[in-house]
Amino acid sequence: MEEFELVVGLEIHAQLSTKSKAYASDSAGFGDDPNTNISVITLGHPGTLPKANAQVIDFAIKMGLATNCTIRLENQYARKNYFYADLPKGYQITQDTTPICTNGFVDVKLKDGTVSRVGITRIHMEEDAGKSIHDQDYRDTLIDLNRAGVPLIEIVSEPDIRSSEQAGAYLTELRKVLRYLEICDGNMEEGSMRCDANISVRKKGASEFGNRCEVKNLNSIRNVQRAIEYEFQRQVELVKAGEHIDQNTLNFDAATGKTSVLRSKEMANDYRYFPEPDLPPVVLTNEYIQAIERDMPALPEQLFKRFTTEYQLTPYDANVLLDQKELAQYFMELGTHCANYKLAANWIMGAVKSYLNEQAIGITEFPIPPIQIAAIIQLIESNKINNTSATQILFPALINNPTANVAELAQSLNIIINTSDEDMMAFVNEVLAKYPDKVAEYKSGKKGLLGLFMGEVMKLAKGKLDPKEANKLVVAALEK
Amino acid sequence: MRTYHSLEEVRADLLSSKTTLVSLVNYYLQRIETYQHLNVFLHVYADEAVQRAEAIDAKLKAGTAGKLAGMVISIKDMICYKDHPVSASSKILKGFKSIYSSTVVERILAEDAIIIGHVNCDEFAMGASNETSHYGNVLNFADNSLVPGGSSGGSAVSVQADLCLASLGTDTGGSIRQPAAFCGLVGLKPTYGRVSRYGIIAYASSFDQVGPVTKNVKDAALILEVIAGKDEFDATLSSKAVSNFSNLQAPKKNMRIAYITETIETEGIDPEIKAAMYNRVKALQADGHTVEPVSFPYLKYAVPTYYVLTTAEASSNLSRYDGVHFGYRSPNATDLESTYKLSRSEGFGEEVKRRIMLGTFVLSAGYYDAYYAKAQKVRRIIQEKSNEILSNYDLIILPTTPTTAFKIGEKTSDPVQMYLADIFTVQAPLAGLPAISVPETTHSNGLSIGIQVIGKRFGEQEMLDFAHYLTQNH
Repeated sequence: MEEFELVVGLEIHAQLSTKSKAYASDSAGFGDDPNTNISVITLGHPGTLPKANAQVIDFAIKMGLATNCTIRLENQYARKNYFYADLPKGYQITQDTTPICTNGFVDVKLKDGTVSRVGITRIHMEEDAGKSIHDQDYRDTLIDLNRAGVPLIEIVSEPDIRSSEQAGAYLTELRKVLRYLEICDGNMEEGSMRCDANISVRKKGASEFGNRCEVKNLNSIRNVQRAIEYEFQRQVELVKAGEHIDQNTLNFDAATGKTSVLRSKEMANDYRYFPEPDLPPVVLTNEYIQAIERDMPALPEQLFKRFTTEYQLTPYDANVLLDQKELAQYFMELGTHCANYKLAANWIMGAVKSYLNEQAIGITEFPIPPIQIAAIIQLIESNKINNTSATQILFPALINNPTANVAELAQSLNIIINTSDEDMMAFVNEVLAKYPDKVAEYKSGKKGLLGLFMGEVMKLAKGKLDPKEANKLVVAALEK
Repeated sequence: MRTYHSLEEVRADLLSSKTTLVSLVNYYLQRIETYQHLNVFLHVYADEAVQRAEAIDAKLKAGTAGKLAGMVISIKDMICYKDHPVSASSKILKGFKSIYSSTVVERILAEDAIIIGHVNCDEFAMGASNETSHYGNVLNFADNSLVPGGSSGGSAVSVQADLCLASLGTDTGGSIRQPAAFCGLVGLKPTYGRVSRYGIIAYASSFDQVGPVTKNVKDAALILEVIAGKDEFDATLSSKAVSNFSNLQAPKKNMRIAYITETIETEGIDPEIKAAMYNRVKALQADGHTVEPVSFPYLKYAVPTYYVLTTAEASSNLSRYDGVHFGYRSPNATDLESTYKLSRSEGFGEEVKRRIMLGTFVLSAGYYDAYYAKAQKVRRIIQEKSNEILSNYDLIILPTTPTTAFKIGEKTSDPVQMYLADIFTVQAPLAGLPAISVPETTHSNGLSIGIQVIGKRFGEQEMLDFAHYLTQNH
C-alpha cells in the first residue's frame, strides 16, 4: 500500500442562492411544491429564449476572487447537448472553453498542522437540471422542474489531493468560503452543494497519472472521504494484481460504502458543445471586478489573521469561532462592545454555545444580543459579579428577558458583589466568632486553615463577595 | 370589395366610410374559403378577427386607433400567439397550443392589427419551396403548378392571393425574400438583432429574424417600425433606436451602389434575370447614381457555410421536441429511450431529420473543427468582406433568386439543388445584414422577378428608402 500514491481531483457543483433562476425570472427557492416555479422559459416551450440573471456573474466572480483565480473579461456561454427527461430544452446552458475563473488555489490545513495548496483549474457558470424522482410512484418517474434553470457554479480542482483527509479539508474550506460569501448554503444533503471525485492511483514517484474513475452521488463530505478510501484500496489491489483500471463513471453506495459502475467510457455522451447563440458574450471590465471585490465580506482566512493577531486569540479559539460565519459575526459585534476578547471568546464558546447546543438552534436564533453579553462581561470585569453567578443565574435570566437592563437584573437577582469593607467585615467577624478554636490553631501556625475561613465567609455571603477582597480582610483579621 | 394594395388605401376607405373593417375581414374570410386548395392557412381565426374588426372600427371612428388599424395580417406557423395553435408545420407539434405570445404578436396587436390566421410554411422553416410542411405544400397563386418559394410560402401566397393584406414571416437564409420574389411581393429581413425572436420557434438562432411580406415597401416599413426594438426577453436584441421607417424619403442623389459580379455572372442564373439586373444597373446610372461591380469571391462558400451553421444550431434547438414534455409522443414508446427515438423519428419529417443529423454530425467530437469551427471562420470573413463593401458603398444590389418560381416536385429529390435556391439570400443573414426583395420586372414566362437590396447593419431606413424608389422607377 505504501508504495502507492492517491491522486484526487474534485468537481464541486454549488447551487447559487440567487432569488431567481439563471435564465428566467422564476423563483430559484428550495422546497416549494413541485412544478410551481416553471415559466415557459423553464419549460423550454417553443420560441422561448434565456434571459440572463446578472447576479450569477457577480457570484461567480466573488468565488473566483475568494479562491485566487484570474477572472476572464470576455465570457461566452455554451450549450451542452444531451437528452434527459428532467432537461426540458435538451441542452444545458454552461460555459465550455471560456470559464469565468481560472488558475486559482485554496490553502487547506490538515490535522498535523501542515498547510497544503489545492489548485483550482476553473470555475464556470451553468444551469441546473430538474429533478427526476424515481421512488414516489410505483410505476412512473416523476419530474419536478422547479430546480431546472437554477444557477450553479462548477468548481474544478487540479488533481492535487493526496489523501481523503485533504479532500475533506478542501471541501470544508470551500464550503466555508461559499457560506461566507453568502452565495451558496453549502447543504450537501439537500444537494445545494454536490461533489464528484476523480480518483486514480499511481506508484509513488511516477510522473504519469493512472486511469481515473469519476465517482458520483456523494452527498456528504464524509461520503466523499469514504469513496476515496474505498477506491484507493480497490484500484491499488487491481494494479497490484496486474489488472487494468477502466476509466468508468462510478456510483457510490453510502449504505455499503462501495462503488459500482454507472457507465463505461464507451457509453460516454458526446455533448456537442458549441457557443450559445441566444446569449451574447458578457464583457466585464476590471473596474467592475474591482467594485465587486470592494464589496466582498471578509473571508475566513483574513478573519483568522485578525482574530489571532488583533484579538490575540489562540488559533484553536479562532477556528472554533470562524467555523460559522454567523458565529464569527456575533463575536465581532461583541468585540465592538467589549475589549476583553479572550473573555468574549470564552463566553461564546462556553455559555452561549452550550445553550445553542442544548436548544439545537443556530446563533441567528439566539435571543441575547451581543451588547447584552458585553454588559455581563463588564460586570464580571469590574468585580460586580463573579463568573459562577454570571453563567448560572444572570445568563439564564437574561435569556428569558433578553432586553432587560443587565445591571438592574443582576441587582434584582441579588448577585451583586458587596464590596463595602464594613459589610464584608461583618461576615468575617461572624465566621471568626463561630470558630474560636480554629482561630487559635491558625495563629499557632496552621496557616492551611485559611481555606476553611474563606469558604465559610463566601458561603455566608452567598457569593456576593469579591473573593480577593474577602481574602485580604480574613488574613488581616487573623493576623491582628 | 375592391382589392387593396396598401394600408393607405384601406385606411382611406375606412375613414371615408366607403367600407368597414368588418366587411374587409369578411371579404378576406370569404376568399380564404374560396382558395382553400392553395393550402395557405393552417388555422383561421374568423370569429376573433370579426370581433376585433368591430372594436377597431369603433376606435377608428373615435380617432384612437393604432398604427396598424385596418391591416389584416396572417402569421407564419413559427410565431407563437397565446392560446392559439402553433406547430412549425410539423407533426411533432400537432395540436400544441402556445401559452404565451411572441413579442412581435404583442406589438402588432397593440397597434390594432388583426391576425386572421396561422399560415403554412416549410417544416421548422427548413425548405425553399414550402414542400416540407407536414400539412402539404402551398400552391403559387400565379400558377398552381409552381411552388411559392419557402419557407414562408404560406405568408407569401396569403398576400399574393389577397387573403389578407400582409403577413409576418421568418427569414433564416432567405425564407421571406425568396417567396416574396417568387410571388411578386415585398419581403423584408431586418438586421440581426433588430426584431425580437422571443416567441418565434427557433430554427437557427444566430440567423432567424421575423419580417413582413407585403404588397409595397411602405407597409413593410410600417410593420418593421412596430415590431422592431429592444425587448428584455431577447438578449441578442440591439438597443438601437427605432426610427419611423415608414416615413420614406427619396434617396439622395448620386448614391453609391455595388452589385456583386458573381451573382450576375454565375452559371445557372436565368438569362432574363441577368438581363433585368443589367437593365437596372444602367437605369440607376442614368439616374445619376454610381453603380459599380464588386467581386465577392466568397459567394461559393456561402451556401455550405450557411448549412453547416444553421443545421448545427437546429440540431440543438430541436432537441426539446422529445416526446416528454409537450407535442407528439409515439404511442409505440415503452421507455424513455424509445420515447425519444420513436417520437422524433415519427414526429419529424425527412428534411428536418436530414438537417438534425447533419447538424449533429458537424458538432460531433472529431468533426467540430473541420466543419463547425471552420464555418464560423468563413462566416466571419463573409461578414467582414460584406461590411467592407458597405463601407465603400451605400447599398448592395443583387438578384433575389437565380430563377423564377420552379415546378412543384422539381427539386425535392435533390436536396443540394434545393439548397442552392438560397444562393443569393444567405449572404445577408450570414453577415447579419438587413435585406429586402422587391418586384423588379416580369419574366417572359409571366412570373415575377425580384431584386434584392442589402443595407448596412441597422441601415434599414436607407435600404427601405432606396427599395421604395426602385419600386417607383421601373
